[in-house]
Amino acid sequence: MATEAAGRTRSRGRKQPPGAPPPQRPAGSGRETAAPEPSDRRAKSQGKWATWLILPSLILLACVIVYPVISAIALSLQKDQGLDPATGMFVAGGFAGLGNYIGWLMQQCPAIGGGTVSCAPGTLGAQFWSATYNTFFFTVITVAIETVMGFWMAMIMARTFRGRGLVRAAVLVPWAIPTAVTAKLWFFIFAYEGIANSLFNANILWTGSEGPARTAVIIADVWKTTPFMALLILAGLQLIPNDVYEAAKMDGATAWQRFTQITLPLVKPALMVAILFRVLDALRMFDLPYILTGGANGTTTLSILVVDQIRQGFNAAAALSTITFIIIFIVAFIFVRFLGANVVQNTNIVDTKEKS
Amino acid sequence: MSTAPATTAPAADGAPRAAARTRQRWTSTRTYINAGIIVLWCLVPFYWMVLTAFRDVGYTFDQSFWPTHVTLDNFVTAFSTDLGNHFGRSLFNSFFIGICTTAIGLLFGVFAAYALARLNFRFKFIVLGFILGASMFPGVAIVTPLFQLFTNIGWMGTYQALIIPDISFVLPLTVYTLTAFFREMPWELEEAARIDGCTQGQAFRKVIMPLAAPAVFTTAILAFISAWNEFLIASQLSSDATAPVTVAIASFAGAQPHQEPYTAVMAAGTIVTVPLVIMVLIFQRKIVAGLTAGGVK
Repeated sequence: MATEAAGRTRSRGRKQPPGAPPPQRPAGSGRETAAPEPSDRRAKSQGKWATWLILPSLILLACVIVYPVISAIALSLQKDQGLDPATGMFVAGGFAGLGNYIGWLMQQCPAIGGGTVSCAPGTLGAQFWSATYNTFFFTVITVAIETVMGFWMAMIMARTFRGRGLVRAAVLVPWAIPTAVTAKLWFFIFAYEGIANSLFNANILWTGSEGPARTAVIIADVWKTTPFMALLILAGLQLIPNDVYEAAKMDGATAWQRFTQITLPLVKPALMVAILFRVLDALRMFDLPYILTGGANGTTTLSILVVDQIRQGFNAAAALSTITFIIIFIVAFIFVRFLGANVVQNTNIVDTKEKS
Repeated sequence: MSTAPATTAPAADGAPRAAARTRQRWTSTRTYINAGIIVLWCLVPFYWMVLTAFRDVGYTFDQSFWPTHVTLDNFVTAFSTDLGNHFGRSLFNSFFIGICTTAIGLLFGVFAAYALARLNFRFKFIVLGFILGASMFPGVAIVTPLFQLFTNIGWMGTYQALIIPDISFVLPLTVYTLTAFFREMPWELEEAARIDGCTQGQAFRKVIMPLAAPAVFTTAILAFISAWNEFLIASQLSSDATAPVTVAIASFAGAQPHQEPYTAVMAAGTIVTVPLVIMVLIFQRKIVAGLTAGGVK
């Protein structure tokens, strides 16, 4: 794979049949100017083919993603219809501008007789910042724990020993279980009379207050998603050639030095992609807290708030879902731009040499 | 005695060799301890679910780690419709939704992935970026407008209302997993077959299809599992008649209003999970390859 990529250049690529190799010349010498005429024509026909092959998928994705997003933005600019508390009359909504967005960000609700007031504590409108905080709190804590544990699991699985297949299969079990079932399983484990309390000899009402409820969500999430992290890191570890370690050993590097000087820097691209995947997944966390704690006691995430809002007025819900989308987009952007998680380049699916 | 010098260093440095051997043994013991902890951490909660599923409802909170009060009643309760649960029906719904979504995802994904893996064209980088971005797209961002749209056109609680949104995450998944697989395939064999006198169709049927089948199969498993596990969209857009298992289990009702029917829920969870776990154990290598193929170079 690596050697193949190195030998390929822009103008050659796979356009030439492997049976008839081009004249031997060092890769990179005049490849921009010396593209032969037939290859150009061939590239054009490939482009046409590619369009027809990819277009159906793009149209389908546009229907199921782009259209709903645009329609959400359109909805979010309208007022929710409902009874006007002042007059008792049914009002049809109308253009709201950015009113819904400002409402969420400032935690303002429509007031009796027009205008807005601070949302009453406990209403959905008063929970935007706490839900944002919860979402980021869960994301930071779970991804941090999962990275450390995933690294540990991957380091073990990368070794050769009897029964390695068993470990890899066991690791896939939490990954395969539906999150909804995972939530119910941990709900049972964390029941008042459940096994968690009896193991720790405690009498904690796990879903009853903030600390335990959040702990329960974090433990369940770590159990469920660490395997995915571990497998992605493992794939990165396996790309490090063994002779690098051998050479370092010869030169007298300690195990710790080998870890910090070889393993960490070489696995970093894979690790960053794994962390990015997990962060974006954690930011949209819904199933687990929704089923495990019902979003009570400091476990309401942004996704839960959106879903709770849908039935109370989907124009406001559309505004909140757009805010959530923008937050996730910004986080992804920061990752890719500043932290070097170059997803497209680090993934298998594109050869960086031919990003045309 | 006589074979030892042949395979190892001369007997003169016997002491360091023994030390090295002890160290090696210690390392391998440590590996096994760590591996044991990983296996226990991953499997014990799952085992606890299966164990409870077979435990009499009167002994729900029995703390014994071995099977006690074994019964199949919980499975009967799980399938019973007396309390307004439709678990049997939801199993069918999940299968139906999962198979439809997977089929659509593969049908469209195979062509797109072939083009992305094999052809050179402009905007390839942008298309890939768009598809990867789509795979990380938050489900809540589409659920609100779809809720309103499906209410307006009377699709609430229909199968199409559940299959269409699922495509938003299954299609990107199939495209990028298949692209990763297709890039690794020995496509030269197609040319070789042509040179040996195959027509293009024959080369495709006899050479490419058998090579691509495992990749497509693995992708199908991943796509099916992701559709099977979906909860957010289904919880908002399904009705009792079309609810998939995840929704059915989450809202499983017991005999008393505020009492969770733990054992029946664990039985339902076991039914939903065990086929997946068996599949995962059989196709472990393929699934790991598929999961990481789209992930890391």
